[in-house]
Amino acid sequence: MTTALLKQPTPTPVRKPNRSFVHGLITNKKALTGMAVMIIFIALALLAPILFPGDPSRITAMASLEPSAEHWLGTTAKGQDVLALTVHGSRSSLFVGLTVGLASTFIGILVGLASAYFGKFIDEALSLVTNVFLLLPGLPLLVILAAFLPPGLGTVILVLVVTGWAGSARVLRSQALSIRSKDFVAAAVVSGERAGRIMFREILPNMASIVMGTLLACVIYGIGAQAGLEFLGLGDVSTVSWGNNLFWAGNEGALLTGSWWVFVPSGVCIALVAFALALINYAVDEVTNPRLRKIKTPKSTPANTERSAAK
Amino acid sequence: MRFILRRLGFYLIAFWASITLNFLLPRFMPGDPVSRMFARSQDRMQPEQIEALRKLLGVDDRPLWAQYIDYMHNIFTGQMGVSISRFPTPVTEVISSQIGWTLLLGGTALVIAAVVGNLLGILAAWRRGGAIDSALPPVLVFIGSFPYFWLAMGALYLFGVVLGWFPIRHAFTDGLEPAFTWEFIGDVGAHLVLPALTIVLVSIGGWMLGMRNTMIATNSEDYITMAEAKGLRPGRIMLRYAARNAMLPSVTSFGMGLGFVVGGALLTEVVFAYPGVGYQLLNAVQGLDYPLMQGLFLTITAAVLLANFLVDILYVRLDPRVRSN
Repeated sequence: MTTALLKQPTPTPVRKPNRSFVHGLITNKKALTGMAVMIIFIALALLAPILFPGDPSRITAMASLEPSAEHWLGTTAKGQDVLALTVHGSRSSLFVGLTVGLASTFIGILVGLASAYFGKFIDEALSLVTNVFLLLPGLPLLVILAAFLPPGLGTVILVLVVTGWAGSARVLRSQALSIRSKDFVAAAVVSGERAGRIMFREILPNMASIVMGTLLACVIYGIGAQAGLEFLGLGDVSTVSWGNNLFWAGNEGALLTGSWWVFVPSGVCIALVAFALALINYAVDEVTNPRLRKIKTPKSTPANTERSAAK
Repeated sequence: MRFILRRLGFYLIAFWASITLNFLLPRFMPGDPVSRMFARSQDRMQPEQIEALRKLLGVDDRPLWAQYIDYMHNIFTGQMGVSISRFPTPVTEVISSQIGWTLLLGGTALVIAAVVGNLLGILAAWRRGGAIDSALPPVLVFIGSFPYFWLAMGALYLFGVVLGWFPIRHAFTDGLEPAFTWEFIGDVGAHLVLPALTIVLVSIGGWMLGMRNTMIATNSEDYITMAEAKGLRPGRIMLRYAARNAMLPSVTSFGMGLGFVVGGALLTEVVFAYPGVGYQLLNAVQGLDYPLMQGLFLTITAAVLLANFLVDILYVRLDPRVRSN
């Protein structure tokens, strides 16, 4: 509804030069859908202790009940309420995803900016380290690290950041490099500004959209990788999270006994969150990269003329 | 040539880094792995084996650099010790009996996903806004959002347990003798369908979108307009002119995908109890089988690095711009 209202003043697809990034995002259907889904999940995570007070993993009913009015999503093979486990699980999963995302993006910013700004030897060294980390097989490294470290939330976060920062560093470095070569940076260097100030006040603000894209990708990575690690039983199995719910579902033979309701909810939640974040990410791309949005003049193929005109 | 030597140097450094990581991890992590292992294995381990293990893992009292030299020597002579969980099989033997299954599963999935995904991407970009372009990407991105081990669980449940179309675990039926007979190959194929399908489903969206976005860029190049003006058939322009030039990023992804083949199928292998290196790595971790764990990690890393190096060489042939840099 709001999109239609907001769009009305500019019915033509011509992009106004002063249209801001934020405005572009809030009028983008993909971004709005993604943000709505995320707000629902964050609200559920915050309200979990009120909606389902007490320990969600305590046994409250008969084992392996199908979904019913009393237990909306049924019960596990132990007799725990699946809905309570799923809603509480969002807390750990979102927290780890967000923490891992922020930390990996932060390291990526530091490494990328330093690499691009100082160049020469520092760039060579940092790029080497980044590329080595990019090449090391992530999942096997995750498994090995998790096996050596004591299990716990801190370990999971640490392990995911160690294996996850390099991708963002590479993306941010290449963007920072192109801004580094712009005239206004050269002017700042000549006028004697300090390195830190140039990096964080001159270069970084011009990378806002790519930093946001990187952050979203890192959060998606964090949520998915945590789920994978916990599914393998390498997280802290005593906490309630989507990955651990899936671990217990597999461990208690939910698949073989046909209790689909035990493993479906947590997986769908992970997918919804990842999809919502991916939607926001695509929207950021579309808003900042006109080439992806603008439709090329109709080609010789007749199929696309009608649709592209409608868009 | 200079480019290739430079890359070779980089891969050697990367390999050295992973070997060293492998060396340092058990030494700086809390707890003594050998004692833990001994407690777990009970009577199966002899005192001299424990001594040998201490040497291998470097939990003996010699200075670190001496251990490091020994360790490097062992790696380059292929001495990775003896597996604890499958005592007394040497680690190298365990790995070589399993890497074939991983290559089969990951390779099949990678080739299918890359071929189908790229074709879809080419078509989507060529008919911008058409049926393939508007309907498929959101669906594939949504499917790609599911953790792939979860899709594997779903496929196992639906097609294996409920419908019973495909076997649900292992690479071939128990008791069947591995041989090059149609019966055995068919059996292996049937066991391959579900695990490969789930990997294809999750990765195909990435291939398609990557190809689509590069194709869109090439489609607006002048030589495409030129080809159109010359009146060439659209199919020819699409494949020979546009797609051919948009393929380069896909070649890079294929290299990364080759790396993923060895290490990335881990979760799928675990769900289907598929006897590859990923499944074995988890078993080694759970059984505290440190020699096997280290051997597996090194093998996987070496495979990833080798695959990427091969793609680098290929890239030099495909893209002359790399040579001039």
